[in-house]
Amino acid sequence: MTDTPTIRLNGAPHAVAAGSSLLDLVAQLTGRELRPDGSRADGGRLGVAAAIAGSVVPRGGWARRTLADGDEVEVVTAVQGG
Amino acid sequence: MTAIDTTPVRPAAAAADPFLVAGERFSSRLIMGTGGATSLALLEQALLASGTEITTVAIRRFSPEGRDSVFALLERLGVRALPNTAGCYTARDAVLTAQLARDALETDWVKLEVIADEETLLPDPVELFRAAEELVADGFRVFAYTNDDPALARRLEDVGVAAVMPAGSPIGSGLGILNPHNIATIVDRAAVPIVLDAGVGTASDAALAMELGVDAVLLASAVTRAHDPAAMAAAMRAAVEAGRLARAAGRIPKRPLALASSGGEGLIARRPSEADL
Repeated sequence: MTDTPTIRLNGAPHAVAAGSSLLDLVAQLTGRELRPDGSRADGGRLGVAAAIAGSVVPRGGWARRTLADGDEVEVVTAVQGG
Repeated sequence: MTAIDTTPVRPAAAAADPFLVAGERFSSRLIMGTGGATSLALLEQALLASGTEITTVAIRRFSPEGRDSVFALLERLGVRALPNTAGCYTARDAVLTAQLARDALETDWVKLEVIADEETLLPDPVELFRAAEELVADGFRVFAYTNDDPALARRLEDVGVAAVMPAGSPIGSGLGILNPHNIATIVDRAAVPIVLDAGVGTASDAALAMELGVDAVLLASAVTRAHDPAAMAAAMRAAVEAGRLARAAGRIPKRPLALASSGGEGLIARRPSEADL
């Protein structure tokens, strides 16, 4: 484990602070304050999901999932299409 | 842009003839897609004019620029978001996309789309079937976008999908319904809702689909890429309602020759064969 783990976030290298969780990453990426259960602090719907190494990490588990060097993280949302 | 009248053609008829799918009840039989709209404002006008209650969205990597907030728009309009797996070529990717959509949008509904190649965007039957099996087993209500193949439609129904959605013609082609006979065959043998999905170019295509007996029509490009999306959305809404009414009304059989609508009784003219020559 390095001091500043480098993950792959949505296909690109991304440095995170040591010990940060998936919850921290999603909060930083979306610019939203999140509760420990992954819901938005302001009560709105976040509309975002995350997977690590091809498996969904349910939002309730984001806080417990510490990011490690080399993690392949996908964070997705709904967009126009179909 | 002209103001579009968004009142239903026959509100009473729609209420008495609900669209039942995946255990829920809707009055609109027009499912909209959101792809192709040049702005969220135009999309909003089109969705309102269409009267839709279910609309598909795609699932993509989150971008901090927040290129659109289609999810927030649907929430505001009270339209149910139906996430799709557009862009997936394998069962594996489609299943992961569906699972992400379930967590992001808090719904177990998914429009399953597994395409074979970029040129035709036609469904890959093998990957589609595998993904449908897996998603149904995982508790999803699967709306399966499929080919206009009655055999595959039946296999999908047997595996437990919530709706079978055969393509009229390739996505975005506007070619309409290339094989009406197959669509009618799928409808006649189905016990689950059938939704004509893809290929609609203009209102008559949507009306024809409903006349063939499908339960609903799903379209996007025909509206979002039309010169006036809101006006075309209103046309599609009217077409779906007209086609549904015509289907229930029972059309006349096709005949090789004419059948006079006026009786011959009391006619002063004589037939050419009886005329003095």
